[in-house]
Amino acid sequence: MTVTLMQGNAACVEGALRAGCRFFGGYPITPSSEIAELLSRRLPVVGGRFIQMEDEIASLAAVIGASVGGLKAMTATSGPGFSLMQENLGYAAAAEIPCVIVDVQRGGPSTGLPTAPSQGDVMQARWGTHGDHPIIALCPTSVAETYTLTIEAFNLSEDYRTPVILLMDEVIGHMREAFDPDRYGDIEVVDRMTTDVPPEWYFPYDETRAVPPLVSFGEGFRYHITGLLHDQAGFPTYRQDEIEPWWQRVFAKINDNLDRIFMYDEDGIEDARTIVIAYGSTARSAVHAVQLARRRRYKVGLITLKTIWPFHEALIEELAAGAHRVIVPEMNLGQLALEIERVLGRAKVRRVNRVDGELIAPRQILEAIEVA
Amino acid sequence: MTDRIRVNLRDIVNNEERLVPGHRLCGGCGEPTIVRQILHAIDTPVVLSTATGCLEVSTSVFPYTSWNVPWIHSAFENAATTISGAEAAYKALKRRGNLPVDEEITFIAFGGDGASYDIGFQFISGALERGHKFLYVCLNNEAYMNTGIQRSSATPRGAHTTTSPAGEVIPGKVQWRKPFTRIMAAHDIPYVAQAAPHNYRDLMRKVKKAVAVDGPAVLNILAPCPRGWRHASDQTMAITKLAADTCYWPLYEVENGHKFTVNYKPREKQPVAEWFKTQGRFRHLFRPANEWLLEEIQAKVDEEWAQLLHDEECSS
Repeated sequence: MTVTLMQGNAACVEGALRAGCRFFGGYPITPSSEIAELLSRRLPVVGGRFIQMEDEIASLAAVIGASVGGLKAMTATSGPGFSLMQENLGYAAAAEIPCVIVDVQRGGPSTGLPTAPSQGDVMQARWGTHGDHPIIALCPTSVAETYTLTIEAFNLSEDYRTPVILLMDEVIGHMREAFDPDRYGDIEVVDRMTTDVPPEWYFPYDETRAVPPLVSFGEGFRYHITGLLHDQAGFPTYRQDEIEPWWQRVFAKINDNLDRIFMYDEDGIEDARTIVIAYGSTARSAVHAVQLARRRRYKVGLITLKTIWPFHEALIEELAAGAHRVIVPEMNLGQLALEIERVLGRAKVRRVNRVDGELIAPRQILEAIEVA
Repeated sequence: MTDRIRVNLRDIVNNEERLVPGHRLCGGCGEPTIVRQILHAIDTPVVLSTATGCLEVSTSVFPYTSWNVPWIHSAFENAATTISGAEAAYKALKRRGNLPVDEEITFIAFGGDGASYDIGFQFISGALERGHKFLYVCLNNEAYMNTGIQRSSATPRGAHTTTSPAGEVIPGKVQWRKPFTRIMAAHDIPYVAQAAPHNYRDLMRKVKKAVAVDGPAVLNILAPCPRGWRHASDQTMAITKLAADTCYWPLYEVENGHKFTVNYKPREKQPVAEWFKTQGRFRHLFRPANEWLLEEIQAKVDEEWAQLLHDEECSS
């Protein structure tokens, strides 16, 4: 038997191609560059298009253009590039353009620690662009999950006509694990929605539909797309009776589907006194820490979040109801912990943080379990 | 003017080093040689800003610095912008009497070709238009070497990079390189020049001229990268010399946007293929199937050289 070792960034590429991604606009940045390099070779072969843009502002703008043109499109970057993408990220949320943005997190702020892992972009993924807006962000914990969540990211972006952020980190991006894409052959791929209304009846932001279909440019439908708040035809508006329904619809399309969008794994939380909530590469240390703690007869449960945004408050509240303590390990100074504290109360939550460019070791989490 | 600027090696060796040994740039990298040539050519105190890139990461590995002078690393796109702020601040300090009015300080921004041709392009343009008195230096190694040899808009047509891989679909990079030097000159700023480190006298004379003008100046300097260009690390100077001898990289200057001077005219202009032969990134161009591309590139180099000579003739 042969085993194929694959890097997380390469699995992201495989997932994107499987999901039907046919456009990549990007800019080299460590630790995400392998995604661009591999797609520069792979996309032309499958009839897709790879363009290296002049910066990350242009990268996401090109992705938006390609998506409106009808292709499934994505970009990949890291913290500094993700900062430059924020304006267009807000645009994509407001104009409801399906697209995938991969952020392989490295230490920040600014140029930071280019070759070291971090989970410092959690809040930037949620609130990096200005104004209230819905967003989806997914966090893989392994090479295989990078593959499946990349496909899921494209599916969610098409289902809800929204930008989706795949929040990887340097460890997941560069780590190599045994991986066989053929084992995931049955994952469903969501295609772009189509419309059966004639062009003259088509509204790109139809108020009567939770997620109106986006017809590609060039198919004979004339419509307007803008970053200004718009009516259902897409034209700018300042009328409260048009703005209000727009807000309600764009948030409802995400909030009404939390059960599908919010993905997580749980392990032994029913009778757990302490629960660890982890995501990304930190969840791997958490798995080991929980095993060690159980060997020492601690009643510990583990919740591994695959989706961090939107945050499913009610579910986390329910899952953690019986626990006395919740431990949140993160390679930042406590970003998702803020959200968990908001939901469960500060008294219940203990943070385990690390921002020196090194992974959180299982021992650190174990110590937190022991003093909990 | 040109003839009066002299570069005297005997004086230079007595200068204090401003970029000191111990940095971690690769053996054979053109950048440290160029930076030292530049800093040795300047007599005044200097203030430097450097964009993200090889020069930045390799000269400032914690807890060390190779810089003997005030030096700031800015964001990838902002070296020209940060130096604009520094230059404006020093002006204000002089105006307020915090610095002697006659104290000459030279402001220099360093960026690679990614930082200059691509991501920082609009910010250089903005600084030139505002008219800050500073020197912008593009250390041009023709790709994103720091992140692993991805193409930039300075990468020549036909070159293999990790994002313009030569294979069955494309023979290396498809697009022509951006005429950055000419675009800089089109800002009608006092001084723009193209140089290469093998001709240090020419390079240093250009630096002296650039910092003497009252306003912005830009130097675009060819900086070989043994890793990315795929050549032996002891061939760096021979390769830039060949770049000038094939007219792939003409050494010239443009004053006030219109006065062109070609500083080096090879006695015998060599075919550009001779230059390509020295580097692995062009190896695929010598396959029979890519002969047409080699001819096309030669034609383009010839055309650009003829245009340059024409421009020089027109401005005399």
